[in-house]
Amino acid sequence: MSEQGEWALWEVFVRSKSGLDHKHCGSLHAADAKMAIQMARDVYTRRQEGTSVWVVRSDHIVASDPGEKASFFDPMEDKVYRHPSFYRLPPAVDHM
Amino acid sequence: MQTASEIDAGIAVQYLLRIGDTALIQAQRLAEWCGHAPALEEDIALSNIALDLLGQARAVLTRAGTVEGRARDEDQLAFLRDEREYRNVTLVELPRGDFAVTMARSAMLAIFFKLLWQRLAGSSDAELAAIAGKAVKEARYHRQHAADWVVRLGDGTGESRRRMEAALQELWPYTAELFADDEIDRHAAATGLGPRWSELEAAWRGEMESILAEAGLQAPAATPFLSTGKRGLHSEHMGYILAELQYLQRAYPGGVW
Repeated sequence: MSEQGEWALWEVFVRSKSGLDHKHCGSLHAADAKMAIQMARDVYTRRQEGTSVWVVRSDHIVASDPGEKASFFDPMEDKVYRHPSFYRLPPAVDHM
Repeated sequence: MQTASEIDAGIAVQYLLRIGDTALIQAQRLAEWCGHAPALEEDIALSNIALDLLGQARAVLTRAGTVEGRARDEDQLAFLRDEREYRNVTLVELPRGDFAVTMARSAMLAIFFKLLWQRLAGSSDAELAAIAGKAVKEARYHRQHAADWVVRLGDGTGESRRRMEAALQELWPYTAELFADDEIDRHAAATGLGPRWSELEAAWRGEMESILAEAGLQAPAATPFLSTGKRGLHSEHMGYILAELQYLQRAYPGGVW
């Protein structure tokens, strides 16, 4: 608990029955990790959404800078050759 | 489990009502927190637990109605009986109190239910056994949730500790009723329907004491007081609960969603 008595913010990731990866589904407030997992269970899996839950404190997430978007992501726009769509596959392995 | 003697339907119904009504009234008390819990997340958790208990109550009351054989369904049993026909333990009808009272009671009851459902999973009544198999998973979570709060509050600030101690003092005398046997327990045990509730006491006390130890608290001393809710003699709070619980069904008889 912080000095102001406010619970920390946590990000919640849930893996569904059929899913292979944990998907971000929202956030919640909790005093510590144990409480965050319980709260996540109660808030985000009450309709059978999940088989596994991850929580991570929101302030532990390092995010890319929205202001850097132009230099970070735009250069990829014209580099279609990075997609593996220019190879002709032999018929035996086509539609792979 | 072997059926040692014939089940007396009247007594079996009483045994089932004690379970179903205790779950029903505890659900009603927990539901009072909906929209009032100290945090949104906790509000949802309490509502989830209340709904689990309501689901258990529905299943057991339905079974009680079938065994009784008077064509009363879960709604008629939940909404149209008078106070003295309810067989819940008095512990659950006490006012919801503050958050410490709610969590202390929730822990007491969740441990009790967990132990009871574990035994009922082997009931000679196949339907009750099936209900228990499902309910025990819910009770395990309720126990974890409530125990966690008892430890947090007991081992928290001076204020939270004071409140948890006061909650234990207030509620503890009512736990004796959970384990006070009578002819209904004896019949249930003899017919394999379910355990005498006194058989659960040692395990309950052990779990309760380990939670309290972790919280840095002590179980209050036993008192000679014995409440009588499961024999139909309730506290002064019961009528108010029923007034709220039964209002819609009394005002609009037969009303359904």
